[in-house]
Amino acid sequence: MNPRLTRRRFIKGVIYSSAAAVSGAGFYLTNAQSRPAAAVERLISINVNGRTRRVDVLPQETLAHTLRYKLELTGTKLGCNRGECGACTVLIDDVTNYACSTLTHSVKQRAVTTVEGLQSPDGQLHPVQQAFLDELSPQCGFCTPGQVIATVALLKSNPKPTREQARQALSGNLCRCGAYDHYLNGVMRASGQLS
Amino acid sequence: MPSHDVMPDIELYQPVQVEDALALATRLADRGWLLGGGQDTYGWLKDRTKVPEAMIDLNGIESLRGIRETADGVEIGALTTLTELVNNPLIKERYSLLASAAERVASPQIRNVGTVAGNVAQDVRCWYYRRGLSCYRAGGNLCYADTPEGMNREHAIFGASRCVAVTPSDTAPALVALEASMVIRSESGERVVAAEDFFIGPNVDIQNTTVLRPGEILTSVRLPTTWANATFYFEKVADRNAWDFALVSIAAVMRESGGVIQDARFVAGAVQCTPRRLLDVESAVRGQPRTEATAQSLGTLASQGAQPLNHNGFKLHLVDSLAKRALLG
Repeated sequence: MNPRLTRRRFIKGVIYSSAAAVSGAGFYLTNAQSRPAAAVERLISINVNGRTRRVDVLPQETLAHTLRYKLELTGTKLGCNRGECGACTVLIDDVTNYACSTLTHSVKQRAVTTVEGLQSPDGQLHPVQQAFLDELSPQCGFCTPGQVIATVALLKSNPKPTREQARQALSGNLCRCGAYDHYLNGVMRASGQLS
Repeated sequence: MPSHDVMPDIELYQPVQVEDALALATRLADRGWLLGGGQDTYGWLKDRTKVPEAMIDLNGIESLRGIRETADGVEIGALTTLTELVNNPLIKERYSLLASAAERVASPQIRNVGTVAGNVAQDVRCWYYRRGLSCYRAGGNLCYADTPEGMNREHAIFGASRCVAVTPSDTAPALVALEASMVIRSESGERVVAAEDFFIGPNVDIQNTTVLRPGEILTSVRLPTTWANATFYFEKVADRNAWDFALVSIAAVMRESGGVIQDARFVAGAVQCTPRRLLDVESAVRGQPRTEATAQSLGTLASQGAQPLNHNGFKLHLVDSLAKRALLG
């Protein structure tokens, strides 16, 4: 298989080509003119994974939408889009949040970390990601980015959690495969409590 | 770029002063929507069941945050998150009842952004109403839950008046038990309402669960010293440990001396549209020791007068059992 044409790149390519076909300057101009002066600015800067990103954000836009469809950060998954599954969990100032239930305009002064921001610059996985791999925590993998982020947040505030504390900390992340115990094994390994 | 987002077109204001927020709330009135943590809001908007024109995001207003000690107790800013409530030393030390209740709300991520004001002001969770059906609460003229085929396992056993939805808040029973008061500001001034009077049933107002009106903002919650460091009990029974709303919850505060209960307040959640004071239970336990015999003597006092629907008869036994468990601790 051509290493430069992965499935992910192909899908992203399709998204962009359709985006280019549909969007037009006229849409933005008419929309901008109809907004009252006191409303929020559309072109804003947000800090994602240590980088400042300039992005055009609608007033009602959710962070999950901005991350996935405007900043190419598709590691953050959208499951229910109602704050009921946890797949879209990201860190905002080191605290877990559902990106589907957060307005992008509310994170302007804050630091957002997604699953893409965890690995080190040389491409080495974050210890939590490596521990999840070692313990075969994910099954289908859709909820994994959210589980990873929730675990990273837990270990920042509590480096040696008990299994029960880990269960509590991950209780806002559903796993449709039911691999909960495997994730908890991963948390215990990441915190150095499994040899 | 095409929109994959299901959020509707809506204006957003982000005031940083409470005065500006009040001016906006007054100007927009029922066309505006106050935004705290947003965890009750986005479902309404995404489902198109509520269609306000603008959101007034209160999160930039620093004066609405934080927990302060006052001369006669503790004042909790309206935007204080449930996680902050759970971890706050003052609350944990003196009002652990409220911390226990806040800890049982939804999921960690929701508690990280969900606010104390939002938790008490959130709308009811009846799915017929949430689905956008034209029921009494939505301005229509029938109730879909209280029908022969209606699914009403989670609904009211007390105080139904056309609408049979129950209070979804976990912190509300705790605040009523602690005799909290709610500070409400509008452009014309400030009023302070006892938590017990803050929540209103469908017999008073079928479309609102609180006394808050357009143009008003709940700015803080005050806890008096009356019940600080009392004997507390909180329990929430739900189908799931995370995310779920209570089937029945109980918040109890008790003062003991000489081996008997001097005074007590027992408040049940999710049995009617407002937190329900169990007045008969309170008077029955006053002057009694916290023993198995006293618990047994309560019998079915907590559920006295209940009018169950087709599928929620189990709530009678549940509220009776919880009252006994609260007494024994």
